[in-house]
Amino acid sequence: MRVTKPWIIRDYINCSGCRLCEIACSLKNEGRIWPEASRIRVFMLVPGAEIPHTCAQCSNYPCVEACPVQALSVNEETGAVDVDAEKCIACGACIRECPGEVPHMHPEKNHILICDLCGGDPECVKACSYNCISLGTRSSSINYDLYSIKPEVLTKNLAISLYGERGEELTK
Amino acid sequence: MTYGYTGKIAEVDLSTGEIKDLKLSDDILKTYVGGRGLGTKILWDRLGKKWREVDPLGPENMFLALTGPLTGYIYGMRVCGTGKSPLSNGIVGSTAAGEFPMELKTAGYDGVIAKGKSEKPVYILATDDGVEIRDASKIWGKGMETVLEINKEVRGLLHERKPNFGLQKEPAMLYIGRAGESMVRNAAVMQKWTHACGYGGYGALMGSKNLKAIVAKGSGALPDVYDQEMLTDLINKSWSAQFENPQSRIWGTAAMGYTVGAASSAEPVRNWQEEWHDKKTTGIIHLETRNWVKRYWSDYGCCKSCMKISCVKSGPLKGAITDSPDYELEAYCGTNFGIFDTDGIVYMSALIDDLGMSGINTANTMAFAAELFQRGILTKDDLGGVEPNWGDPKAMTELAELIVTRRAIGDVLAEGTYRAALKISEMKGVDTLQYAVQFKGIEVGAHGIRTGSHFPYLGYALSVQGGDHTSIPRPPSGEARSTIGDSLVYCTMSGPPGLRGIEWDFFKAVTGWDMTAEEWTNVNGRRIIQMQRAVLLIGGPDIVWETDVHDDNPPRWYEPLPSGPYKGSAPNRDELMEQRKEAYLAFGWDENGIPTSKELNSLGLGDVDKALDAIRL
Repeated sequence: MRVTKPWIIRDYINCSGCRLCEIACSLKNEGRIWPEASRIRVFMLVPGAEIPHTCAQCSNYPCVEACPVQALSVNEETGAVDVDAEKCIACGACIRECPGEVPHMHPEKNHILICDLCGGDPECVKACSYNCISLGTRSSSINYDLYSIKPEVLTKNLAISLYGERGEELTK
Repeated sequence: MTYGYTGKIAEVDLSTGEIKDLKLSDDILKTYVGGRGLGTKILWDRLGKKWREVDPLGPENMFLALTGPLTGYIYGMRVCGTGKSPLSNGIVGSTAAGEFPMELKTAGYDGVIAKGKSEKPVYILATDDGVEIRDASKIWGKGMETVLEINKEVRGLLHERKPNFGLQKEPAMLYIGRAGESMVRNAAVMQKWTHACGYGGYGALMGSKNLKAIVAKGSGALPDVYDQEMLTDLINKSWSAQFENPQSRIWGTAAMGYTVGAASSAEPVRNWQEEWHDKKTTGIIHLETRNWVKRYWSDYGCCKSCMKISCVKSGPLKGAITDSPDYELEAYCGTNFGIFDTDGIVYMSALIDDLGMSGINTANTMAFAAELFQRGILTKDDLGGVEPNWGDPKAMTELAELIVTRRAIGDVLAEGTYRAALKISEMKGVDTLQYAVQFKGIEVGAHGIRTGSHFPYLGYALSVQGGDHTSIPRPPSGEARSTIGDSLVYCTMSGPPGLRGIEWDFFKAVTGWDMTAEEWTNVNGRRIIQMQRAVLLIGGPDIVWETDVHDDNPPRWYEPLPSGPYKGSAPNRDELMEQRKEAYLAFGWDENGIPTSKELNSLGLGDVDKALDAIRL
């Protein structure tokens, strides 16, 4: 039997900006509502163009490569990047190497935050009722590297998609 | 330990630059809770003794942006803006949805109080590192770009301060547009382009202080709660209830745009000359199919998403961006201007948003002016060359510009409908109050009363927030219920179906304090209403309300409806005056509508009672 790995499918145009994903993630991982400690963060650089930003599990895992202390590893079952908070020295090398600048520091503790897909059953997906994020399986025919992308770029795309030329002006 | 609160409110003196933390006792928090209640208490304590002398647009007034204990924990996030109202000279609790309160709370503040007056345009920034005052000269004069420019500036600043953190999210902010800057008395305090603290005129109050924005970005957790497990269960329960009822999320109040006019006959049409129309071109189906580019738009923690994003994609009005528009703006920026197509309505709503006007209040003043033009009372000359003909969005744009620049009669209209009516009556020797549909200086919401079946006959006349359609006394509990959402500070529109009263369970889980709907209505909420009533009647300095005259509907609402299924319907004034006597009694007010000593003392408001002696006959 072929082992499939989970992947969070993103359909950005459907994001309502409700941030229930942030609430669900922080409740799961921190036991309380804590938006900046969520492993998925919704950027609203332009109102209406909300971008849920989280790890896309690139094929070559540049963050794991970049870590000078081997605090990051690829989970064999899920393909997610696991963070060893004890080992992490919060140097930020993984952020710099991530094409989408996805990882960010825990606001209070001295280690990086990266989505671990909740072991394959992500809470954020369960909280999303707009089909903006949903659970799929990784397929070899898709290059998921494309989804490791900065929110600024997606915001501009989405603003133009929503607002047309006015979107172009507003994101100059 | 106090749960659910950060425990401090930033108090910023814009005259001196002094910034300090205000800490309130548990006793005060338990009694007044947050938002409208707490704002009323703070304003009373600070300004109560000299209320009548305080100029709402003078440096002695203060603008308060307050969260409540449920803000962030419960579905539907709002913030409450308040101060001495430049329109009513009383206190209005004016709330708007958006992420600002979340950022403020996670930065460590339950609220911000801005007092004094800055010499130059500034904005206040609250972050994990504290509160600072920053230059806003470059963004003065801007509308929706304000949000984008402050986003860039603050993200850059935070990145410099914490270079290793990773990408900084955008801050959230309350801000004013050009209307607030020009102290247009009914200007709004804006949030995320389209959301507004509309009632009360607090945009003008911020403008009077040269305060362009209050900006917040926090990275902390929400404060500790009394019972996290109970809270998490309540969150899951309310989400599930909402998800099971998808229909409640499809339209928001936008579906009422055609319905209220056609069925209820309670929608402003051409400045309330009519309240009925049967123009299906304003219907929700046109917004859905032509204008909505995002069908579900929410604020932090809202599982309902009654807002939608609308655009005009083609034609002469192309480029307009706004939300839904919801019912109020469909009415006030549509039928009220004689505009009956969704492109026009979206365009007018977007214009009002960008200028930072209040979609209900300033639009009421604009239609008042348009009716005076229709009647020949205001001429093209008075209007500086503008001809505000019904149904013409471009002409209405020029009228809005006239007001925001205070050019020609725009300078008078910028004082809001009531004050403008007084002035124009004097200028022209014609009674224009008969065309002014407002209550105690607050232009009325888009819900008429004349059919007797939509809003209560005396709902606005006896409200402590004048024409505010969200604060209406209804029997038997009076107006106290309206203080719940405004004081716990959450959105009462986003409540999941079938879970009425769940806010008090949230209240228990978050704060650990016990409160019931009944206790709130009979004591805490009632206390807030009596305090608001007191300051409203003390009023001043420019206008003092006389209960006999002003606890009443405007003349237009005694005229029979001229059209539609309710043609001929109007309240009988003599009957209403009898009902008013009964209501006074039920509310604990004397025969002149002033709260009685007995009522005030029973609520522990001895000082309010003493202050009212000055206006008792």
